[in-house]
Amino acid sequence: MSKVLILGAGTAGTMLANKLVKALPPTASITVVDKDDDHDYQPGYLFIPFGTITPERVRRSRKAQLSPKVELVTDAIVSVDPKARTVELKTRTLSYDWLVIATGTTPRPDMTEGLTDERIWRKSAFDFYTRDGAIALKKAMDSFKGGKLLIHITEMPIKCPVAPLEFAFLADDFFRHKKIRHLVDITYVTPLDGAFTKPVASKKLGYVLEDRSIRLATDFAIERVDPETKKLVGFDGREIPFDLLVTVPTNMGAQYVIDSGMGDDLGFVPVDKKTLQSLQYENVFAVGDASNIPTSKAGSVAHFSIHVFVDNFTAAYAGKPMTHAFDGHANCFIESGRGKAMLLDFNYDTEPLTGSFPVTTIGPMSLLKETRLNHIGKLAFEQIYWQMLLPGRHLPVPTLMSMAGKVPAEKTKES
Amino acid sequence: MPSNTIAEYTFAVNEEGFFTNREEWSEPLAEMLASMVGIGELTDAHWAALRFMRDDQAKTGVTPTLRRMQTQGKFDVKQLFTLFPGKPAKMMSYLAGLPKPVGCV
Repeated sequence: MSKVLILGAGTAGTMLANKLVKALPPTASITVVDKDDDHDYQPGYLFIPFGTITPERVRRSRKAQLSPKVELVTDAIVSVDPKARTVELKTRTLSYDWLVIATGTTPRPDMTEGLTDERIWRKSAFDFYTRDGAIALKKAMDSFKGGKLLIHITEMPIKCPVAPLEFAFLADDFFRHKKIRHLVDITYVTPLDGAFTKPVASKKLGYVLEDRSIRLATDFAIERVDPETKKLVGFDGREIPFDLLVTVPTNMGAQYVIDSGMGDDLGFVPVDKKTLQSLQYENVFAVGDASNIPTSKAGSVAHFSIHVFVDNFTAAYAGKPMTHAFDGHANCFIESGRGKAMLLDFNYDTEPLTGSFPVTTIGPMSLLKETRLNHIGKLAFEQIYWQMLLPGRHLPVPTLMSMAGKVPAEKTKES
Repeated sequence: MPSNTIAEYTFAVNEEGFFTNREEWSEPLAEMLASMVGIGELTDAHWAALRFMRDDQAKTGVTPTLRRMQTQGKFDVKQLFTLFPGKPAKMMSYLAGLPKPVGCV
């Protein structure tokens, strides 16, 4: 009997465990470890500050999402000893034959000087990538009477890279409905050279921030936050004042990955980008946001990659070579406010393009364009997540990216 | 795909002038590009940063961020702002023949 140990029962870990139950021989034991029994629908966090989703609605039991054939151990992970093939938990030690790291990424506001100062943290400076942060931010949004709102990305990579943009669009909508939009000065602050950095996307969507009177501060490398004067201070000397700061802190891998010496400088596990196998240890893999693969940290990537990964993993488990290659496929909706959304589909080699995305049940959806149908797709995804994605059911979209329906970059016209 | 020619060097670039093939880059070419973008002569300090970027990108497939330059390369971010004024992340990737740092869209 071989022991497969999955660390993390989030999107990737849960999907993987449920798929491995069917794919591996019945003699395999599958154990998943997580610190608690709270599985959050993380795309829902974005909507909590605007009151369109309640905090209760995003949370379900982790155990309830797992096949009864999977054992869930609820305990904190302390460290991994890859040579001894053991994982130390707070209360016990587990051994494994195969280890899959699926503990995702953690927002680390403590990595930016001044950000967690008690004068501002969760009083005028908030994150929304945690349930607690989103709940605290809702109160601040409800009582905000006007002033400078900054939506800020500390540094790349971040989980769900389009969420800050979505936040900006939804904030514009939110304050417009409250009839105080003219009193709110919204600025989107990014370390990159634009809100859209890929050529086709910036050509097609360059208008959207200006269209919503959202200012843009680019190439902003933050040195610290000044909690006294409530300013972001850049390494280049720029200072950006705020009344309400919505920041995406530095994203890092789990602390035990760093402490076990298995992560890169940000604690992400270096893996082969096609097979997700650790570059250090043959029997260790990393799935979902926990790895360092050069594509978006997003649920869709976890979904597509696990599809490919299961075929490879079952081969490796049987002592055979891994013959399948993941292409970095990502697919995500960008909620753009006003009841519309945009859709992106891309991979390691192909940037987000225009055209259409075929979905067999509901017909083609428009890419890089604001439409009502995309918004409906985004809303419908919540049910798809719980009922199809986590149980490991087949979705009516291709696993690897397809060029069907897409307009090649060189044929894209300015809009 | 457009290309640039400087002296005897021809290299493929994207719409913004960034190299699309890191193998077409060379040190003498970087010297010429540096003087064209107003940095002037590249010192040892400039070269240490550019070489780290190229080595790191060869390993990871991704142009390193300023943070990674600091934590992995032990560079002082303020000094990078002095060496490559204005937008060091973008300027350094350009001079190192690498893609600029990008998001997903």
